[in-house]
Amino acid sequence: MTRAQHDYDDIPGTFVFDAERSRQGYGINMFCMSLMKDANRKAFKANEAEYLKKFPLTAEQSAAILKRDYNRMLELGGNIYFTAKLGATDGHSFQHLAALMTGSTQDDYAKMMLAGGRSVEGNRSKTKKPSPGKAKSKPKGRSKKGSKRRG
Amino acid sequence: MPAIGAAIDNGKTEQPYWQRVFAGFEKSKAWMAKAKPDLVIGVYNDHASAFSVEFIPTFALGCAAEFPPADEGWGPRPVPVVKGHPEMASHIAQSVILDEFDLTIVNKMEVDHGLTVPMNLMFGSPKEWPCPVIPLAVNVVMYPPPTGHRCFMLGRAIRKAVESYPEDLRVVIMGTGGMSHQISGPRAGLINSKFDKAFLDNLTKNPKKLARMPHVEYMREAGAEGIEMVMWHVMRGALDDKVNEVYRFYTVPASNTAVGHIILENRRRAAGKGKSARKPARKASRRARR
Repeated sequence: MTRAQHDYDDIPGTFVFDAERSRQGYGINMFCMSLMKDANRKAFKANEAEYLKKFPLTAEQSAAILKRDYNRMLELGGNIYFTAKLGATDGHSFQHLAALMTGSTQDDYAKMMLAGGRSVEGNRSKTKKPSPGKAKSKPKGRSKKGSKRRG
Repeated sequence: MPAIGAAIDNGKTEQPYWQRVFAGFEKSKAWMAKAKPDLVIGVYNDHASAFSVEFIPTFALGCAAEFPPADEGWGPRPVPVVKGHPEMASHIAQSVILDEFDLTIVNKMEVDHGLTVPMNLMFGSPKEWPCPVIPLAVNVVMYPPPTGHRCFMLGRAIRKAVESYPEDLRVVIMGTGGMSHQISGPRAGLINSKFDKAFLDNLTKNPKKLARMPHVEYMREAGAEGIEMVMWHVMRGALDDKVNEVYRFYTVPASNTAVGHIILENRRRAAGKGKSARKPARKASRRARR
């Protein structure tokens, strides 16, 4: 099924965990939740593919989990607070996962954070060019409904 | 692992990196010690601890007598059990549901770092928490969370409930979550200090307008998880329109996020007219989560 379009789809590098992804990713997130128990972590580590059969996952979702493709998991309905439990099961810190998702080394990522983080400039919109003079780019007029809601 | 909590639990608060963060809360702790609330209402979000995706309540009010710290995968945080205030909580539930806020009543719940870390920042690490706490868990994990305006109005309704409670209690309300943070996807690590500071300014001076900010703006400007800031509006709605900003603190980074914190107080205090529920409310903020 194709996703309905939303105003936030325009935000770059971001998979919003919305109701549709929540539906789609139920199996991913319940799998991750199961990793809160030590016995389950051991069973998963003993035979990952076999363990995943206990959950309602598509072939794509299982592959993303087995490959530890965190961005793909998010895209297919995983939520970061859940997928972080998989990272923890692998013994990774959260910052390790964050760096991984950004395609950076943990060291470089940590340095970026110390230097004030990733700038929002140039990172607001996939479609709009960054506007150097203006601090905020507001998606005005994208949809009639959307612009009305501003109070 | 929620980095601030880990720093507290592992005794790292004196390290220079963390010292910068914790030093910002010294005044807050002093304020809290002086405020001596009879009750804290803690507006926070659960992080796949008490609630998975099996059920996702938008507003869940903790009405239990106690709330043990959750095991978030590393064993429960070494913090005291949070004692609730079932009498006030059930009174709030009764009042706000009739005011058309259909919240979920929770009589058994564990609380995670989303609540206990802000409590550490405001109370330190005592053997027992000095007062009861009513947790109000807000869904900000699955989009859409409640609108800022809905949160603000719920804050109003909670205040009305507190004021109609037979006993006159001194109540502090804490909003938590945010500020700038994106911890997921290729854009992780986003920080927008300008947005955060404007948010704090408007929270004090222009709260009603601020509460109308559309969700997409939080996510675009302050990161996908920056949307947690809607929870601050519950706190702000519970206060007077005009408040005094007592204290503010902002720093970047705490691990992957910005940390912001503000204390607001109602102006009319000890004016002796009627029984205004005294609410030095404040909010804490915080933080960071990972």
